[in-house]
Amino acid sequence: MNINPLRGAATEKFDVAHIRADFPILQRRFDGTPLVYLDNAASSQVPQPVIDRWVRYHREQHANVHRAVHSLSEIATEEYEHARRKVRDFIHANEEREIIFTRGTTESINLVMHGYGRAFIGAGDEIIISAMEHHSNIVPWQMLCQEKNAKLRVIPMNDAGELLLDEYEKLFNERTKLVAVAHVSNALGTVNPVRAMIATAHRHGVPVLVDGAQAAPHLPVDVQDLNCDFYVFSGHKLCAPTGIGVLYGKAAWLEKMQPYQGGGDMILSVTFERTTYNTLPYKFEAGTPAIAAAIGLGAALDYLSATGMERIAAYESELLHYATAQLSKLPGIRLIGTARHKAAVLSFEVEGVHPHDVGTILNEDGVAIRAGHHCAQPVMQRFGVPATARASFAFYNTFAEADALIEGVRKVQRMFA
Amino acid sequence: MMSDSKQLYQEVILDHNKKPRNYGVAPDANRKAEGHNPLCGDHIVLTLHVRDERVDNVAFEGQGCAICKASASMMTTVVKGKTVDEAEQLVQEFRDMATGKLDVQTQPHHLGRLTVFAGVRDLPARVKCAILPWHTLHAAFSAESTATTEGAAEPMQSLVGGV
Repeated sequence: MNINPLRGAATEKFDVAHIRADFPILQRRFDGTPLVYLDNAASSQVPQPVIDRWVRYHREQHANVHRAVHSLSEIATEEYEHARRKVRDFIHANEEREIIFTRGTTESINLVMHGYGRAFIGAGDEIIISAMEHHSNIVPWQMLCQEKNAKLRVIPMNDAGELLLDEYEKLFNERTKLVAVAHVSNALGTVNPVRAMIATAHRHGVPVLVDGAQAAPHLPVDVQDLNCDFYVFSGHKLCAPTGIGVLYGKAAWLEKMQPYQGGGDMILSVTFERTTYNTLPYKFEAGTPAIAAAIGLGAALDYLSATGMERIAAYESELLHYATAQLSKLPGIRLIGTARHKAAVLSFEVEGVHPHDVGTILNEDGVAIRAGHHCAQPVMQRFGVPATARASFAFYNTFAEADALIEGVRKVQRMFA
Repeated sequence: MMSDSKQLYQEVILDHNKKPRNYGVAPDANRKAEGHNPLCGDHIVLTLHVRDERVDNVAFEGQGCAICKASASMMTTVVKGKTVDEAEQLVQEFRDMATGKLDVQTQPHHLGRLTVFAGVRDLPARVKCAILPWHTLHAAFSAESTATTEGAAEPMQSLVGGV
């Protein structure tokens, strides 16, 4: 591989070969072709320490949590709660009880829609979302608006895929009850200035939910510094197993919210006349949780922290700039999402070629990208495309893999010339 | 899985994508149907002139991926001049080929050069692209106005009622 001038100090300290050795799936070949996995915004791969942790839990530690007096249950409970402390540390939350385990980002948002929205949003009230939200941060609010006769307001964006903050400020009025906005756009890669946006909302007395599904895997997150009221993300996008996610909420809000689901574990006492709900965080964790996945998430956060989120962010940024520069050199490429501040998501169109053809042809050479609307159809409409091809990088990707992407796109162009 | 997609994008498919045959609206059309895959944006409008149960003329227009466009283009060249029954048989055979129920190497069929699409069976996400034009043809014969292959566990099964 050629030496690239864009590669700076952070890359040299970042031993990507060493990291890749931790991810068994990256060694996989399809018909002899090495896998080039560039669909990390959809789901990331799992390193061996997380797989090992998952296995050890099932071999040595499994029982139900928060129930029995026997040793195994106590061990499982301790490991599960230990994972919660790891999440607290990872996002710098104040208290463990502010960390609710969910099934994923989608369930976390639905929990807030139910627990906060149904309780505090009524007829004529307004919810502000942005033009670049994933469907999971649109549809629950639309459902609530329909139910309550409330109104959805949308922060517009410019052609680069940056939110228009002046327009955002104008959306506030005395009926505004919530802002729900992505920290990083999954379709465009834009990193939104959520800290400033939260400050704006708070000046109007409005709480903010931040969808961190695409941010938590790629940037250091400090919920107290952001001062967000809710922060949500998924495990499977940050090297953890599927089926586990997180809702962070300020304790003051979570205390006021109604439970999301009723059942075991979320109660203190039940009679046929009345039920007393459990304290935080258990009030929101009805039923047996995804214990193994939560412990796996804890192991994944350990792995990311050991690697260093600052270093991950710096390395991915170099990968993004390299891939963007190389892709931009090709004729007939339109980048969708050219914000100044971006995470390592490269959404693009190849002139005259449908994204699905791009995706299928890249797949011939083992290059796995996403082609589609990325569950963000309003973004596609905003840019006037039915779909885009999207390469999304993780810290285990290499510059050689970025080259493989570019070579694949060149092949597409040759075939369709 | 990857070698099969290599077979899929053959010269004939790329050529029909680039220079689609029978593109436009059949001037004397007495049948029309629209097909769309909302999730990927494939959209075609098929117009036909059917006389005495025979396809006299057929044309398509719309937008979509190469697989969809080439499938539509080749379909028009093949069904022109065929009876409705013959064309419906091709619809069935094409569907069976694309979903892997018909092995064109070992089983009898009438697909001829349409077998260039056989490789699509190994690309489940792309089966609906190839089938959409045929789906739409079936809708036109059945006097249904729209067709979609979205949401069907088995493509073609969602046709009833025309969503």
